Amino acid sequence: MTALAALIRRDIKIALRVGGGALIGVLFFLTVVVLMPFAVGPDLALLTRLGPAILWLGALLASLLTLDRLFMADHEDGSLDLIVMSRTPLELTCAAKALAHWLAAGLPLILATPVLGLLLNLDATATSAVALTLLAGTPALTFTGMIGAALAVTLHRGGLLLAVLVLPLSIPVLIFGVAASQAAISGPLSFGTPFSILCALSLVSLVIGPFAAAASLRHGLD
Amino acid sequence: MRLSGSGVRCVRGGREVFSGLDFAASAGEALAVTGPNGSGKTSLLRLIAGVLTSAGGSIGLEGGEQELTLAEQAHYLGHRDALKPALSVAENLLFWQEFLGGEACDIAESLTAVGLDHATHLPAAFLSAGQRRRLSIARLLAARRPIWLLDEPTNALDTSGQALFAALMTDHLARGGLIIAATHAPLGIAARELRIGISE
Repeated sequence: MTALAALIRRDIKIALRVGGGALIGVLFFLTVVVLMPFAVGPDLALLTRLGPAILWLGALLASLLTLDRLFMADHEDGSLDLIVMSRTPLELTCAAKALAHWLAAGLPLILATPVLGLLLNLDATATSAVALTLLAGTPALTFTGMIGAALAVTLHRGGLLLAVLVLPLSIPVLIFGVAASQAAISGPLSFGTPFSILCALSLVSLVIGPFAAAASLRHGLD
Repeated sequence: MRLSGSGVRCVRGGREVFSGLDFAASAGEALAVTGPNGSGKTSLLRLIAGVLTSAGGSIGLEGGEQELTLAEQAHYLGHRDALKPALSVAENLLFWQEFLGGEACDIAESLTAVGLDHATHLPAAFLSAGQRRRLSIARLLAARRPIWLLDEPTNALDTSGQALFAALMTDHLARGGLIIAATHAPLGIAARELRIGISE
């Protein structure tokens, strides 16, 4: 446990320091959402209708933005060799790294949502619905994205490959995330059904992600 | 404790690097792996560390701790220093100590032993190549493990650093440790030589 706690602390510390990835994701999220009203035009009703989808797309792309560094940074400086050799099972280490990444890069996106909801003419209920679905859904994005990050670890410029590998896997999360938000805002479907599926997707990826990532790391090292 | 390999074969990128390699080292003994560039010195160390998988033969440890694997009882000091530039010298070392676990030694003491006690709070980004190497060596001291796998350990070290490291290695051997080092330069300690990659 000490080892995992130390790893999480280290990764968060690095992400928050100069050159770390934590702020980059939020800034990208901000940029995408701020630009959207200019592209769509000053139609308030349309913005309200598109709002949840825009927030979800922004959060999805922002969380992918820094994910490619998850293992690559450790691979480049040799830390990954020592991590693979360590007494902690690699699956747990992968889970800890993903958790640290979500805390440093995913959680700030959710915290930024209420502010950005204002720009899209979303009321308090709608914003909190989106924030809640993001809270339930972004762990799925991080944990499935981790599989792609582990596959692309030895490739330079693996960032784009990561996006191509991971985006298809994140489509269900996007569908049910937006569906749950829309249901909370305008109905007529119930909020519970898509939200439960969203939670299930997160839980499944929480289980599968670490094993898949650890397996691909063991095979990918050279 | 005795680390041995028999008939070890290594294939990298479809090309056989070496095959039929036998070696053995006992507690308190140092093995210096020598050979021309590309002969597989680093690959051998990485095979022992378990980061690479061998294409044949076996590597085993007798008489170590029963519950731990060979890799879990070994330190690997590679070409790359495993340091994070954003973290300070002490933070880097503390992380590896906590992550590697096991019997620990004081951080400040380890840094003093490698002559880095004046730079404790300096971010690792500002260290010179020799200082980075010294910090990696401090990792070997901060978390105790019986087997040291060293890849060109004296690279970038100045003469006083090399003497200091030789003393640390002698100390480690005296405690019953075991060293396998890939090297071109003399290690500065009594070591048995294992030459690999000589054409028949």
